[in-house]
Amino acid sequence: MNDQPKPILEMLGITKRFPGVLANDHVDLELYPGEVLALLGENGAGKSTLMNILVGLYRPDEGEIRMRGQRVEIHSPRDAAALGIGMVHQNFMLVKTMTVAENIILGLSDLPFVPDIREVSQRIRELSQRYHLQVDPDAYIWQLSVGEQQRVEILKLVYRGAEVLILDEPTAVLTPQEAQELEGVLRIMTAEGKSAIFITHKMEEVMAFSDWVRVLQQGRLTAVRKTAETSPQELARLMVGREVLFRLDRTECVLGEKILELHNISATDDRGLPALREVTFDIHGGEILGIAGVAGNGQSQLAEVVTGLRHSTQGRILIRGKDMIHASPLAMIRAGVSHIPADRIGMGAVGNMAVADNLAMKGYRGSPISERGVLRPRSILEFAQRMIDAFRIATPTPQTRIKFLSGGNIQKAILAREIDACDGLMVAVYPARGLDVGATEAVRKMLLSQREQGLAVLLISEDLEELLTIADRVAVLFSGRVMGIVPSTQTTVEMLGLMMAGVPLADLPVSTPTTANA
Amino acid sequence: MSVLALISSILAITLRAGTSLIYATVGEIYTERSGILNLGLEGMMLMGAVTAFATAFYTKSLWLALIVAVIVGGLLAALHAFLCVTMRANQVVSGLSITLFGSGLASFLGQRLGPASNNYFLVGMVGPKFTPIQIPVLSSLPVIGAFFNQDILTYLVYLLMPLAWFYLYKTRPGLSLRAVGENPQTADAMGIDVGRTRYLYTILGGMLTGLGGAHLSLAYTPGWTENLTGGRGWIVIALVIFAMWNPGRAVLGAVLFGGINAVQFRLQAAGTAIPAAFLNMLPYLTTIFVLVVMTWWEALSKRIGAPAALGKAYMREEK
Repeated sequence: MNDQPKPILEMLGITKRFPGVLANDHVDLELYPGEVLALLGENGAGKSTLMNILVGLYRPDEGEIRMRGQRVEIHSPRDAAALGIGMVHQNFMLVKTMTVAENIILGLSDLPFVPDIREVSQRIRELSQRYHLQVDPDAYIWQLSVGEQQRVEILKLVYRGAEVLILDEPTAVLTPQEAQELEGVLRIMTAEGKSAIFITHKMEEVMAFSDWVRVLQQGRLTAVRKTAETSPQELARLMVGREVLFRLDRTECVLGEKILELHNISATDDRGLPALREVTFDIHGGEILGIAGVAGNGQSQLAEVVTGLRHSTQGRILIRGKDMIHASPLAMIRAGVSHIPADRIGMGAVGNMAVADNLAMKGYRGSPISERGVLRPRSILEFAQRMIDAFRIATPTPQTRIKFLSGGNIQKAILAREIDACDGLMVAVYPARGLDVGATEAVRKMLLSQREQGLAVLLISEDLEELLTIADRVAVLFSGRVMGIVPSTQTTVEMLGLMMAGVPLADLPVSTPTTANA
Repeated sequence: MSVLALISSILAITLRAGTSLIYATVGEIYTERSGILNLGLEGMMLMGAVTAFATAFYTKSLWLALIVAVIVGGLLAALHAFLCVTMRANQVVSGLSITLFGSGLASFLGQRLGPASNNYFLVGMVGPKFTPIQIPVLSSLPVIGAFFNQDILTYLVYLLMPLAWFYLYKTRPGLSLRAVGENPQTADAMGIDVGRTRYLYTILGGMLTGLGGAHLSLAYTPGWTENLTGGRGWIVIALVIFAMWNPGRAVLGAVLFGGINAVQFRLQAAGTAIPAAFLNMLPYLTTIFVLVVMTWWEALSKRIGAPAALGKAYMREEK
């Protein structure tokens, strides 16, 4: 670095209010050429809001933005692109029914009225080579894996000549190996003098990717650190405002009876394509089986088959030895299966209904919540109050519509309902996704207490640390197939990562001490 | 009459009957591609038809009549766009209201805009009309000659179809339009003005629909009668699905519907034993049949043709 490097980008005193929420409170930011800045914070800390302001999707209520020392007004993504600022959003901004090339030139105004797609494709191939972002310009987006789609997003920015790249939780959808490749891509770009802002809530990524880190907490900038001079522990404390336990106490696994058995289960997805292929495993009481895998490799179909929401095309499924093939969701519930779905508001709760009603949604078929088919409001309220106290659900009243609660509290309410009704198997799909550190800790503790009570837990997660911390065994899914099942104490993130990329356990380079699945 | 002559005459009627449908179908495809569902077509077509006829009747200018129909269709569509884009109203409700409003207003105007001598009714009046223009040589060819013995609006369709296809699939604004209907968030993030695009193509769709209505009252069945469109606005909604939102295919549906119309006219003229009411029903019955088959085929081939964001309002700062 020179003695006096000039920042390429400055944000000064940025404030943004949403109805009832102060999303950004006088936040400052500086970015230097050739550097990667990590923006660290819990969900709802205001990271995405701040970046959406930078790319012109939101307008700040106060504050100013300077680019290369000049004050600029960014009214729209078009303005941002003209200044050389581009963002890879968390949910990709791609039109699935269009090709890679069409997506890359979308919205570009300096192209001729009738664009020459061949010329565009050629340019894309050159950029692919230069930045190691392999992708076929003529492929349709829906044909690409999530990792490839992310490459398209990055190509889109470099095609537009972006100097400042914003990446919103880019590794959430990648295997550990793909994440490493992304790191390589960022290195090439920063070597060319481009700079990047990296939004994340994972400490390890901050340490691996960034030069500087800025920590946001509840909309305020609480710390600025040079990455080389800080530690994951310090960052976690800065982010949450208190010491965080990285280890949860986990007792020895006491296996009970066999609760769930899957034999050669296959199933198709909504489009009729194979989604699960000959999946075989079992779970005993007192055990947590984790399912790892990159999103879209059959996890959701697995959860649906086990909860009766999707019929398998072949294979057998048994609960406590009883054949449950093609059983309805109600039959599964009666067999003692509880379900924490991935889509909290869509599937786990009815947003416009009261917290109390949402809590009663599983027990409503019988006494005391209903008598002879008629709901008893007083019993619902009593039951709800008991759940709210026991699970510490922060809600103004039991009658509050559940959509007004925070994500963590909605999840606690779903957990309360499902745990109360659970009598054998708990299927938890991404239970801690999008939750802050505190709520995540609470959710994990609840799952562990289920296990201690002798229940079986099927935990589908994209967070390998989570699986290694609380699961007893981890099964890895890749394109619907189980690549291997390993005890969590005898595996590593690298091993899981390779299996997530499609390498079966048997073919792993380093032979493992024991094969799991007794 | 020889078989060739019969085919030729059925083809000629088919093209004439299909013209108004093609204008409206192409218009609605563009509107729906931007993510706006416009169920107000029937009302817009009727308004286009009545205002075009009234204008032609008084000014004797067919071109002025077309311009008026286009403006009227565009204005009604602008109202729909205002309700759906700016006010984020329910698109189905807004479209249905416009159909009810347009039909009622067209009927009212038909009873007020006429000459005093006819109790101010337009019904029964005769005005100028577009007549077929024979293209020398080509029009005398067997069978294909039918293509070259049409009115100017039908000739314009021959130009409109490929242009509409090319614009949608090969040009920069066409790309933006498709993106807006598929994924407005993405289009917005890529610097495309979603609201402006939706206004633009909803209004364009209304203009073409108004033009389709004008073809009915100025060329196909010259003059004004109550319910002149005979539900064509609704048929178009089905034809858009039949065309799978591709203007290149719009011609197929329009010709199919127009063709059945032509055949049933022929049968009625020939005096078959089949009751006239049944024959009148045929085109609509076919529409239902085609819709069922198309939906079935779509499900089988796993092709979903509808723009993904069709019918959904877009709002950027959703918090």
